[in-house]
Amino acid sequence: MNEVTAGLLVVASLAVALAVLHRPMGAWMARVYTDPGHWRLERLVYRLGGIDPQADQRWPVYARSLLAFSAVSVLALYGLIRVQARLPLALRLTGPDPALAWNTAVSFVTNTNWQNYSGESTLGHLAQMAGLAVQNFVSAAVGIAVAVALVRGFARAGTDRIGNFWVDLVRSCVRILLPIAAVGAVILIAGGVVQNLHGLTEVSTLAGGQQVVPGGPVASQEVIKELGTNGGGFFNANSSHPFENPTALTNWFEILLLLLIPFSLPRAFGLMVDDVRQGYAIVAVMALFWVVSVAALWTAEASTRSDAALAAGAALEGKEVRFGISNSAVFAASTTLTSTGAVNSFHDSYTPLGGGMALGNILTGEVAPGGVGSGLYGMLVLAVISVFVAGLMVGRTPEYLRHKIGPPQMVLASLYILLTPSLVLIGAAASSVLPGPLAARTNEGPHGLTEILYAYASMANNNGSAFAGLGTNTLWYNATGGTVMLLGRFLPMVLVLALAGGLARQPRIPVTEGTLPTHGPLFVGLLTAVIVLLVALTYVPALALGPLAEGLR
Amino acid sequence: MFGWTVTVWLWATVVFANLAEAVAEGRGKAQAATLRSTRTHTQARRLVGWSSGSLPGTLPRVLPEEPVSASELMPGDLVVVEAGQIIPGDGDVVTGVASVDESAITGESAPVIRESGGDRSAVTGGTRVLSDRIVVRITSRPGETFIDRMIALVEGAARQKTPNEIALNILLAGLTIVFLLAVVTLQPFAIYSGAEQSMITLVALLVCLIPTTIGALLSAIGIAGMDRLVQRNVLAMSGRAVEAAGDVDTLLLDKTGTITLGNRQATELLPVPGVDEPELADAAQLASLADETPEGRSVVVLAKERYGLRERAAGELAHATFVPFTAQTRMSGVDLVMDGPLNQPGDRARRVRKGAASALTAWVREQGGVVPPDVGRIVDGISASGGTPLVVAESVADGSGDRARVLGVIHLKDVVKAGMRERFDEMRAMGIRTVMITGDNPLTARAIAQEAGVDDFLAEATPEDKMALIKKEQSGGKLVAMTGDGTNDAPALAQADVGVAMNTGTSAAKEAGNMVDLDSNPTKLIEIVEIGKQLLITRGALTTFSIANDVAKYFAILPAMFVVTFPGLDRVNVMRLASPNSAILSAVIFNALIIVALIPLALRGVRYRPSSASSLLRRNLAVYGVGGLVLPFVGIKAIDLLVQFIPGIG
Repeated sequence: MNEVTAGLLVVASLAVALAVLHRPMGAWMARVYTDPGHWRLERLVYRLGGIDPQADQRWPVYARSLLAFSAVSVLALYGLIRVQARLPLALRLTGPDPALAWNTAVSFVTNTNWQNYSGESTLGHLAQMAGLAVQNFVSAAVGIAVAVALVRGFARAGTDRIGNFWVDLVRSCVRILLPIAAVGAVILIAGGVVQNLHGLTEVSTLAGGQQVVPGGPVASQEVIKELGTNGGGFFNANSSHPFENPTALTNWFEILLLLLIPFSLPRAFGLMVDDVRQGYAIVAVMALFWVVSVAALWTAEASTRSDAALAAGAALEGKEVRFGISNSAVFAASTTLTSTGAVNSFHDSYTPLGGGMALGNILTGEVAPGGVGSGLYGMLVLAVISVFVAGLMVGRTPEYLRHKIGPPQMVLASLYILLTPSLVLIGAAASSVLPGPLAARTNEGPHGLTEILYAYASMANNNGSAFAGLGTNTLWYNATGGTVMLLGRFLPMVLVLALAGGLARQPRIPVTEGTLPTHGPLFVGLLTAVIVLLVALTYVPALALGPLAEGLR
Repeated sequence: MFGWTVTVWLWATVVFANLAEAVAEGRGKAQAATLRSTRTHTQARRLVGWSSGSLPGTLPRVLPEEPVSASELMPGDLVVVEAGQIIPGDGDVVTGVASVDESAITGESAPVIRESGGDRSAVTGGTRVLSDRIVVRITSRPGETFIDRMIALVEGAARQKTPNEIALNILLAGLTIVFLLAVVTLQPFAIYSGAEQSMITLVALLVCLIPTTIGALLSAIGIAGMDRLVQRNVLAMSGRAVEAAGDVDTLLLDKTGTITLGNRQATELLPVPGVDEPELADAAQLASLADETPEGRSVVVLAKERYGLRERAAGELAHATFVPFTAQTRMSGVDLVMDGPLNQPGDRARRVRKGAASALTAWVREQGGVVPPDVGRIVDGISASGGTPLVVAESVADGSGDRARVLGVIHLKDVVKAGMRERFDEMRAMGIRTVMITGDNPLTARAIAQEAGVDDFLAEATPEDKMALIKKEQSGGKLVAMTGDGTNDAPALAQADVGVAMNTGTSAAKEAGNMVDLDSNPTKLIEIVEIGKQLLITRGALTTFSIANDVAKYFAILPAMFVVTFPGLDRVNVMRLASPNSAILSAVIFNALIIVALIPLALRGVRYRPSSASSLLRRNLAVYGVGGLVLPFVGIKAIDLLVQFIPGIG
């Protein structure tokens, strides 16, 4: 079997697996977030936390709960990382300085998992397990909670309540993330991923040399890293490390894990708004982006004529030979489109246009399918914008899912689409002229600019993958990066919750022949076009000087 | 040279952007000037010694009056207006009846009758009494008369931004900030790349990207939408109402005058066995000759058209005595003496009658005749189909006594206006539910509703029923539009989201509605809905067009800016524009000219054909989305072919 066939098989089998799994998964999620009852374990958590699980919250209360929880998370994680040397299982590692600790704490709480450190030489097992892994679960749950709250905004009418943040948070962890993670970890261990509490082990290699081999609870962390679209690797080399991702099979499984929830949420959305076709339209747009992006990345990597690629027989610089071009391209497309940020190959070494595609994926705003939760709510905000323009074109006050889209909705949606580009462009623009940040580059010219753009795109969109090649463990990048990640995560969430609150308050309007249908190919095409157009119009000038300038010769 | 030319065209963009609004407003100003000329200093004859306690009906014929300026009249004042005088303010006629020339506001030269009491009592300031004398109770405050409001409306002074317009402005502002950001941050990236840009190039890029086209046309579209209504003689009291018209889900339409011609007409003659149709037609015609009601006339017309019976003048028949319709007898007809003088024993006399079935059968039996069972069957059949049966019978008296018999039945029915079914089918395709409102019984109402093709009907409707129906529809989130003219319509007009009052109606109705139809044509409600939709579609279509335009501008300007530093970017110059300068200039010129080119479209509104939302979207996306993507490539290339010959550009 040649590589093209193998690659096609990987893509096709992933598509089939997702097509099969997203239905039960979506149905389960819809039930989880509409279930009036509580599990015993959940009741225990509520009792310990002093939470009234029956309370239905208004959006400001929901938002305050979320922000308070996240603020406490940042502080707790910061503290844990800073004092880890004095705690057990520290592996004699001292822990990062305040700027790096702040950046790391923010990074994991915001589901970004940007890593300005290398895991094996900075954090001990306790910090990894009790700090980072915990945030991998709860930060994903926070994202899902916001998406569910927005869906409730569309599903409800004439109420100012959008659900209970604490219940959504706990249920996401208890009923969805933990069970799948438990099963997934076992599968990964079976596939060869390590799971132990060893420190560094010195071994003699076959060639007679000495090598230090790190151990750790890798599988348990690897599974939630993908499932929660977090992306923060146990090791610096992330999913290209053989202990995190040893074979093409584990590679396939990891891609499946990182796509699973984002591609299933539209189904849950369709069920919750009582019209599964709406969910199909959303998932169709997401799938379209994924397929096109996989194809483009793969083509770019497979067809390069650079000297190095010709000498090696393929563009394998920065890629693992055990994965090859296709498995690397599929992983790269999936990780950048889902805000995961895990990597099994180094995007900095991709061809200019291939790397540009990975950057472009992040710049779509992580909506196709996007991070867990954040993908769905981002996509729904873009659907609101699309519906607004299209709704006018059919001669009615625009409406989406039986809710009118008026000035309050447009204020929130416009701010939403404005926010991330501001963070990306301002951050990157400042870093591209200030001497300090410029010194962090390892490449000159357009490629260096792409590195800077990629870094801020990744942080503002909470992706967390690094283009690499940029030495970002500096005060400037730690400080601005942390700020960009915080703003890029929580400001949009507040806007989305406000949107949900306003929508839920509206009365429902009837659907007639004059109503713009928001399912079917026409709407799928429209939404796709709006996303492409918005992203292109915002970022093409910057991209022209980065990947395009480098790639077009 | 390049800098100057670009600067000039950037200024031209600003000028053109203001031009659109000026043109739209100019049209309104001209109309306002005409209206204002009617509002000149009218002298009013105010009645003095009248207190609000005295009933208008008890007013003495002559009261002392005093001349005051029309602008000093307050609500409650009574004024006298006589033939040839201008009515000084809006009000209701309290005594008298007069013909009034309302052409100043309606443009219709035929005079209308205004009389006290009833639903035709409202008069409008600025109109002229042609005959007789009326006393008017003023209802409007100075400066708030109908004409004043009309002037403010067409001038655009009263124009407030509608919710959709505000929402669109917010989106456009958001996009503008995004583009501002993209351009402002481009300079650092350019400096990094060693390709620092001049300020003029960056400004040119910014102006090309921000949605100048739709921004320039947005208010013109709104003004033009109101103007289209004014041209159809509809006055909307707010732009909000026009927009709401586009959103309407349910139309309440009065049967009479809107769906049907207004009067029942004879459509068929059904003879009983043993009588042939011409014989029945002859009798029906005879019985109707003196009947001047529209129903009666329609029988004569039917007899003439269907059976070729010449209309006989009343005097043509010798010894004919016409029996008029009375509420007691519920029949009309004629008594004929066939030969010989009347009332002589042995003379043959023929009496023909038509009327309600029960009255006629009783009459026949009274004359000793027998009513065949077929009559009951035919009558019931007509009633069941929603028509009104009129039985025709005759009684011939000769020496041998009376022979009375039923000849047959006339089928009267409401005639649905031509083309209504198609209109309602269109409405249905647009997703609008039509409900017919009628005072008829449910049976009749159902039959007409089916024939006209409306979705639903409300029979034996009282104003309270109407109100309840509106509230019921609204509670389901629907927007309701209706027309009305009577005072008892006022609450419903106020409750409806779009209430169109007829200009012939009472001032209470006109106050309650948010639109007034000067032609008093209820069918116009459908056109109002279409204008509302067209307004929104024009906004959406031009927004899409404007944003889609930006793609081509990037293809023109970005390679022009950076091709010197990165020669590879020349591959993005897909239009093969002559030089960086000509590329930027062409994009700027295109951006300015497209505003001018779209002004007529903004004023006229995009083409609108009633159809479902999906087909509208498909069409408008193809025309304005794809068109907006492609057209600037062609346009910029064409401009580039010209400007490259300017020295220092090419």
